[in-house]
Amino acid sequence: MTIQGRIIKISGPVIQAEGASGLEMHELAMVGEEELIGEVVRVEGDLATVQVYEDTVGLKPGEKVEGSGMPLAVELGPGLLQGIFDGIQRPLTVIREITGDYVKRGVKTAALSKEKKWHFVPTKKKGETVSGGAVIGRIQETPIFEHRILVPPNRSGVLEFVAKEGDYTIEDVIAMVSHEGTTHDLRMYHRWPVREPRPYVERLEPSEPLITGQRIIDMFFPVAKGGAVTIPGGFGTGKTITSHQLAAWSDSEIILYIGCGERGNEMTEVLLTFPEWKDPKSGRPLMERTVLIANTSNMPVAAREASIYTGVTIAEYFRDMGYNVAVMADSTSRWAEALREISGRLEEMPAEEGYPSYLASRIGEFYERAGRVRTLGGSYGSVSLIGAVSPGGGDFSEPVTVHTKRFVRAFWALDTTLASMRHYPAINWLTSYSEYTDYVEKWWNDHTEGRWRELRLRALDILKREDELKEVIRLIGPEALPESEKLLMETARLLREGFLQQNAYDPIDTYSSPEKQFKLLTTMLSFHNIASKAVSKGVTAAKIASLQSVTDMAKLRMSIPNDKASEIDLFLEKVSSDIDQLVEGKS
Amino acid sequence: MTISMEYRGVQKISGPLIFVEGVTNVGYNELVEVRGEEGGLRRGRVLEINRGIAAVEVFEGTTGLSTTGTSVKFQGKPLMVPLSTEMLGRVFNGLGEPADGGPTPFTEDYRDVNGLPMNPYARDYPTQFIQTGVSAIDGMDTLVRGQKLPIFSGSGLPHNLIATQVARQATIVGEEVSFAVVFVAMGIKHDEAAFFRRSFEESGALKNSALFLNLADDPPVERLVTPRSALTLAEYLAFEQDMHVLVILTDMTNYAEALREISAAREEVPSRKGYPGYLYSDFASIYERAGRIRGRKGSITQMPVLTMPNDDITHPIPDLTGYITEGQLVVDRDLHRRGIYPPINILPSLSRLMKDGIGKGKTREDHGPVASQLYSAYSRAQDLRALSTIIGEEGLTDKDRAYLRFGESFEQRFLNQRYDENRSLETTLDMAWSELSLLPESELTRIPDRFVKAYYKRA
Repeated sequence: MTIQGRIIKISGPVIQAEGASGLEMHELAMVGEEELIGEVVRVEGDLATVQVYEDTVGLKPGEKVEGSGMPLAVELGPGLLQGIFDGIQRPLTVIREITGDYVKRGVKTAALSKEKKWHFVPTKKKGETVSGGAVIGRIQETPIFEHRILVPPNRSGVLEFVAKEGDYTIEDVIAMVSHEGTTHDLRMYHRWPVREPRPYVERLEPSEPLITGQRIIDMFFPVAKGGAVTIPGGFGTGKTITSHQLAAWSDSEIILYIGCGERGNEMTEVLLTFPEWKDPKSGRPLMERTVLIANTSNMPVAAREASIYTGVTIAEYFRDMGYNVAVMADSTSRWAEALREISGRLEEMPAEEGYPSYLASRIGEFYERAGRVRTLGGSYGSVSLIGAVSPGGGDFSEPVTVHTKRFVRAFWALDTTLASMRHYPAINWLTSYSEYTDYVEKWWNDHTEGRWRELRLRALDILKREDELKEVIRLIGPEALPESEKLLMETARLLREGFLQQNAYDPIDTYSSPEKQFKLLTTMLSFHNIASKAVSKGVTAAKIASLQSVTDMAKLRMSIPNDKASEIDLFLEKVSSDIDQLVEGKS
Repeated sequence: MTISMEYRGVQKISGPLIFVEGVTNVGYNELVEVRGEEGGLRRGRVLEINRGIAAVEVFEGTTGLSTTGTSVKFQGKPLMVPLSTEMLGRVFNGLGEPADGGPTPFTEDYRDVNGLPMNPYARDYPTQFIQTGVSAIDGMDTLVRGQKLPIFSGSGLPHNLIATQVARQATIVGEEVSFAVVFVAMGIKHDEAAFFRRSFEESGALKNSALFLNLADDPPVERLVTPRSALTLAEYLAFEQDMHVLVILTDMTNYAEALREISAAREEVPSRKGYPGYLYSDFASIYERAGRIRGRKGSITQMPVLTMPNDDITHPIPDLTGYITEGQLVVDRDLHRRGIYPPINILPSLSRLMKDGIGKGKTREDHGPVASQLYSAYSRAQDLRALSTIIGEEGLTDKDRAYLRFGESFEQRFLNQRYDENRSLETTLDMAWSELSLLPESELTRIPDRFVKAYYKRA
């Protein structure tokens, strides 16, 4: 029997119903005559409070509120890839067909197409015993992605029936499994509640870097597959571009991009560029491995709150197939604000800046859904979470930034000063950090000539020295520095302009292979060694800096494509011989 | 047809809010007609309903209303505005009623002022360059059709001049169509409104403009509806009548103040500086109404103006605006003091959509790298300027002194222009190269060599 209450209070996206005893916390509810979708957020006697995922204009007291008997859940199965969904997984493409160019409320639509046929290839036979999470078949969903059909985590038993290879819709029964006398139909999709993390066998330590092709990240502040990282930054510092770059180039099999309370045009940009950009490994359009969740700033606020859970649950589903998944959430601050708005409407006691006191625990729960795991099916998969934070006034001491820092292990601080110099990515190398360096060092040593740790520490040291010397220059002027320190300033500048800066819109520079990154940095540090020797023999730093080959070194990032990275070595020889000539001219 | 119910007497009046008891069949956000004892019609809308009590905000204010003598009629529909192409050339109040003494325009359509969120999947990405004739904008922070680019200013700075200059000069190169202008005044002074009206008249733009005026002494609640009425018209003109619409909203600070006033009257939990927690979402419901739609010809370009309280860019109003809009133009008091017009400080300014509206086939192939180099050079010049005040110019290297000269010349010649000076993009970029040529060629690390060869002016 469904439970039905009556609306007695409406305040923005929050309504209260009486006569609703029996409704459960986080149960999905239908609100009003139009059956708007909502979620129960508080129950008290026969009163239930519901946050409504759609616009509540015109809703009246006395209208019904009906429980659905199940929690807010997502549909997991083939058809997710290349899709664009709203915060509660309704496909925006279908919504457009139904309501036109604007999103109207009350739209009922399934997340995944029930008509489309997929070519199913079974990998298990009748009579085999399977447990939750086991792979029973596969579908080539896009040319680069094999979708593995999983037994839902809460089902197990003996396979009574497995469909033979062929074309099926997701509603067709493709297997039957019996357990203790009851038989369940299995389809190519199943539902899973968004607020409940999907189970796995065990969590593992991160071991491999998530290669992003962004030099400052991979080389200086790496993130491991299965890691959690945050990108805080005031407006205009490039959070969104950085998120787009990571979505485009990181070496994950699946990308989940969550536009949470951000600009509509940014989602449009992703929709237009991702089908055009090619994955560096497979050469296929990036869109073929991407799922988009778009709940823009002008869409209902409660659905914004749900959007990051929708996203991360889909990510876990792909993880359970044994894939590496990267999730970009831009921006988690808008999610926190949605939480604050709902909390305010519930008249809860606020903590800092009006945020509810459970903000920290919610942030913690979210980032804990990142990780590398052994799945129920026995394979290995990971979910990496990259959350942008938009601190008010660019002030990193505000609650969302502060609490997020407690639950992530890498911190990419975007800097307004760098952004106003158009130094992009505007990641500040003095305040950012990563706790994943120890985990990924082995990978770098195995895949390059080694000494990764030593290289990055030396480069960071030069940059740190530059910062200190700037203070000195402020007092005594640049001319008063000794030549060795003038050279250090030149090398630091070279590192900033030739290595740290990276142009997202330059076809070559936008992605740097690990090999190219390694060679660029090695070259610049070798240059510093050679030049230091020359300086000690009386050559001035200014002379060295004005060499054409040294100027050109800053442009290598744009002039040498990834597949020609070995040319960088030749370049070093040129620089070296030019400097030798200066030394000879001196003696 | 629903019968509208009339209630006599209200339970409580608090600031701009009235609370009506015992209501049934009243919808959230619906339109309300309120009459005091004197009988004059006021309008309002339902903000909250709780156990038979409706909280109603009254657009015209509550002065003169009493708990016993007030009658309230619920209309059963949200606030709608009449729409028509004949509204161009006319002046309206915040609710879209004629305020110039003229007749009510022939109504072609009625729409809910709140609008609906545009489906991100239906949007078309803005890529068409708008030439404003202002070098600081065209060269450094290019505006494109369908963008929302605010002006962050301060009291006493010439943001109104900049906004009118843009409205007057904005064109798409190679197209004859001019922009229809929807001008929205929120809480500005009478003489400011008069300035806008006069400048539209003088330039002949008035016949192609609709003005929505809510002035400083008009009721603050009406201020919350003003931008929504105006944007509803803008959407009608852009997406039903195929027009390119430029919407100027001034001053968003006054709008936010009005929102805070209502929020306080409702006793809501405040967030930063007393503004309600939903300020971001509320701003978004205005700013996100800019854009283009696939398959439709028109577009809405927004230029909101706001005065930063105490010139503080971290104040919630500019801060939250910056997180929603696609960049910002920051007007600088120091440049203004030194007599530079327009005093746009390019360093904190930004146009997010610039990259897609410029370059080969749109503006000029070297535009992007030139702008990037100018940014980096001007930023360096500013650092050196600060340094030279401490250690003197003698302590600087020759290269550094070249940067200082560049900085000075960039402000005096490139940024500085007359209010009636309409520079072509070609002129702007040529001037940019004159400035860059003050620097040694080896300093132009952000510009590909082929452009340096083609455009660098060797002494």
